Amino acid sequence: MSNTSTKRPDISVDFAGIKSPNPFWLASAPPTNCGEQIMRAFDAGWGGAVWKTIGAPVTNVSSRYSSIDWNGQRMMGLNNIELISDRPIEVNLREITEVKKRYPKHAVIASLMVESTREAWHTVVQQAEDAGADGLELNFGCPHGMSERGMGSAVGQVPEYAEMITAWVKEKARTPVIVKLTPNISDIRVAARAAKRGGADALSAINTINSITGIDLNTFTPRPYVGGKSSHGGYCGPAVKPIALNMVQQVMSDPEAALPMSGIGGVATWQDAAEFILLGSGTVQVCTAAMHYGYRIVEDMIDGLENWMSEKGFATIADFRGRSLEKVTEWKHLNLNYKIVAHIDESKCIGCDLCYTACWDGAHQCIHLDRVSGPVDGHVELHEKPAAVEAASMSRISVTPIPKLDTPQNGHHGPFATPLARIPRVDETECVGCNLCSLVCPVEDCITMVEIDTGLAPETWEQRGAGSLVEKSG
Amino acid sequence: MATQTMFQENPEIAKLFPDLHPPFDKQAAVIESNRCLNCFDAPCTSACPTHIDVPKFIKKIASGNVKGSALSILDANVLAASCSRVCPVEVLCEGACVMHRYNKQPIEIARLQRHAMDAFHASGGRLVRRVEEDRAGKVACLGAGPASLAAAAELKQNGFQVTVFDKRPLPGGLNTYGVAEYKLPTSDSLREIELIAELGVEFRFGVEIKDEAALAELEKEFDFIFLGVGLGAMHKLEMPGGDHPGVIDALQFIEDYKLGLTTKISGSVVVVGAGNTAIDAANAAERLGAEDVRILYRRTKEHISAFDFEYEHARQEGVHFQWLTQPVAVHASSAGITSVECVEMEITGDGSLNQVKGSNFHIACDMVIPAIGQSPLIEFLSRCRDLKIDKGRIVVDRATGQTTNPKYFAGGDCVNGGREVVDAVADGKRSGVAIAGLLEVAHV
Repeated sequence: MSNTSTKRPDISVDFAGIKSPNPFWLASAPPTNCGEQIMRAFDAGWGGAVWKTIGAPVTNVSSRYSSIDWNGQRMMGLNNIELISDRPIEVNLREITEVKKRYPKHAVIASLMVESTREAWHTVVQQAEDAGADGLELNFGCPHGMSERGMGSAVGQVPEYAEMITAWVKEKARTPVIVKLTPNISDIRVAARAAKRGGADALSAINTINSITGIDLNTFTPRPYVGGKSSHGGYCGPAVKPIALNMVQQVMSDPEAALPMSGIGGVATWQDAAEFILLGSGTVQVCTAAMHYGYRIVEDMIDGLENWMSEKGFATIADFRGRSLEKVTEWKHLNLNYKIVAHIDESKCIGCDLCYTACWDGAHQCIHLDRVSGPVDGHVELHEKPAAVEAASMSRISVTPIPKLDTPQNGHHGPFATPLARIPRVDETECVGCNLCSLVCPVEDCITMVEIDTGLAPETWEQRGAGSLVEKSG
Repeated sequence: MATQTMFQENPEIAKLFPDLHPPFDKQAAVIESNRCLNCFDAPCTSACPTHIDVPKFIKKIASGNVKGSALSILDANVLAASCSRVCPVEVLCEGACVMHRYNKQPIEIARLQRHAMDAFHASGGRLVRRVEEDRAGKVACLGAGPASLAAAAELKQNGFQVTVFDKRPLPGGLNTYGVAEYKLPTSDSLREIELIAELGVEFRFGVEIKDEAALAELEKEFDFIFLGVGLGAMHKLEMPGGDHPGVIDALQFIEDYKLGLTTKISGSVVVVGAGNTAIDAANAAERLGAEDVRILYRRTKEHISAFDFEYEHARQEGVHFQWLTQPVAVHASSAGITSVECVEMEITGDGSLNQVKGSNFHIACDMVIPAIGQSPLIEFLSRCRDLKIDKGRIVVDRATGQTTNPKYFAGGDCVNGGREVVDAVADGKRSGVAIAGLLEVAHV
């Protein structure tokens, strides 16, 4: 690395007054069910832990989880119907005290959920803070079970309730109050603004998303299976990250909503964490990845983030926090005269022709398999349609090449040059620069999107609309 | 037909020749099939002589539609189970896989195909008739090897009447009698053919069509005749002692152990020739208990006709290769073969091959296995009317397999001089399609 500095970046954070050695917290969930777990997590390197929600007494069902696998990979998305902590509240409180005593520099946040009365909230806030919690996270997001009893997302979905309960908590709390938002709402900013009005010190988002992960095609019962029936659960894991990033950005770009943000949703690597921080998060919370691979994953999260920060010249988290917010704008502010086209690197193309089929069926029919004599630029109507290309191959007679008798074509050790006929050509006059081919290409940097100078001054839809009534209505 | 019950696998042989490439278990198959990129106009499909739609069947495994996967494979290649075991995929589908081009392991297409076919057989799957009703039109297939079986299945699936003749008691030709047991056990070859019999193809075993009279009878009874007769006997060692009873040609040696007639050998074995059959025989000799197995070849490694991976496999089995060595005589005592007398060879600057004078030496051995190719069935083919033969091969129209006598079609080794099972299947299928087209027109 060109950066020769051996000084590691400082990744400690002060999150709305809560200090933590790093921005990696375990979210309120099974990995933070008890003190023994949390202490092992801190030993592994986690900077903080949001205790599994304590509050109203519950009984859990069996089974509780179901997941979505994708292309042979396990748990792209995880769904759960587990409720809040089913341990006695006094046990949880006693263990909070013990953990804080043994790990004074780590952040221990009490996640709370009780019935919606002022007294109940005052009591639980007092108990958690007396136990030694560094902060409180109000669980206004749990989408299953608790919501049927007027708690969790039932609160988070009604801004007035969220504001009222936040205000009750703030009447009593001496430590920072974080409001955890539900994504199961049409505009998350409305709930975030309510929390801010209620006096919240910080926000965390997102909680899990209402989901049915799948149905067993033998029993016709959705998963997870509980005695012949199932129930909707809360969805999380890598699959939800894009949704979470969008919601974090929405809140953090809204002056009436923005507060210190603890980003949650599919964080599994340091890269995910960096992205949440770039959109304004002060800390990130992790659950599914820790449930999948254990607490040990935090080692690379810390190491990778520090190495990336060194490479980019960031000394502290604050140096890049929120840096991508200004890069997100409304569509109407995008430059309509910016043009890119796909460029295929012939030396890297392996001839899978996925870009060809994607462009024909999923995009704008401007990638062709008509390369017979070298590069062709521009719009040339030489090409066949996909069905004709396949038919030609199927009508060709192939035989097993026998050593000595036949010229060897295959079976030797690669890499081989891809036959020209299988290297697609981009018709740049028709290419709209949609990116699809570069997204489906399995080879890194084989298809790149290259900027074309249109010679036109930048112009947005808003600017164009201002000059024309017709387009404005269009 | 119940050919399977006509054959009992010898347990000793089964133990000595376990699967060379064990099958995938279900989950491993799904993981591997997910690795497939699903290329457009896939090079693996183009490389396959039967044009199996490889990405299509692989993605069906990934989706859990294993039955659909098997049926889509069988639609292209009715002997897909044996092809998945015996194809030299390194030079076919897997050799064409685009994964090679970025230094990744090619998709294990053959093992995935076997996975689909094994599951299909285990679930009692049956071949599909494309035309349910029986249609007028009768075809005779001579020889019950892969080419005839493919032609027969294609015709029967289209509703026509097919009779397959073979002089042997079991169908399958070399698939049944001649493939190394660790690649394809005889019982698995028969299981696959059972499905073709279930379609309604009629088999007549122990029938040899030898002369003009028999052919004339066939011509009268059948609309078309498909010749899938393969090649004839293996070349003999033309040298003193070459006809000693201890000299057993490679195909006979392989057949004997596959049928359980030979389960153990001892002493030293010399195999003459370095083709794929020579290697199959040499490996078998190793496994059957020979103390030393030596392949003699008159040229060097660069010239052998065996595939590279077959050569490597033989070396792993413990077979020795002796290059630039030409046998000139087999010596024997009353107890049996004692040695093979050889001369050293040299390749001169212009590439020609000469014996080194006075270089004679003896290799002590107890058994000699010649594997120097099969001779074409010239005599039989000359009895088929108006059949043009070129260098021992029947001349056909490549796209249809039709011979110079329009009533006769041909495919497989008797046309291509001896290639792979998959080539024979492709030939047979093309002929089946062409004959079906002609029958349809003739019997409208």
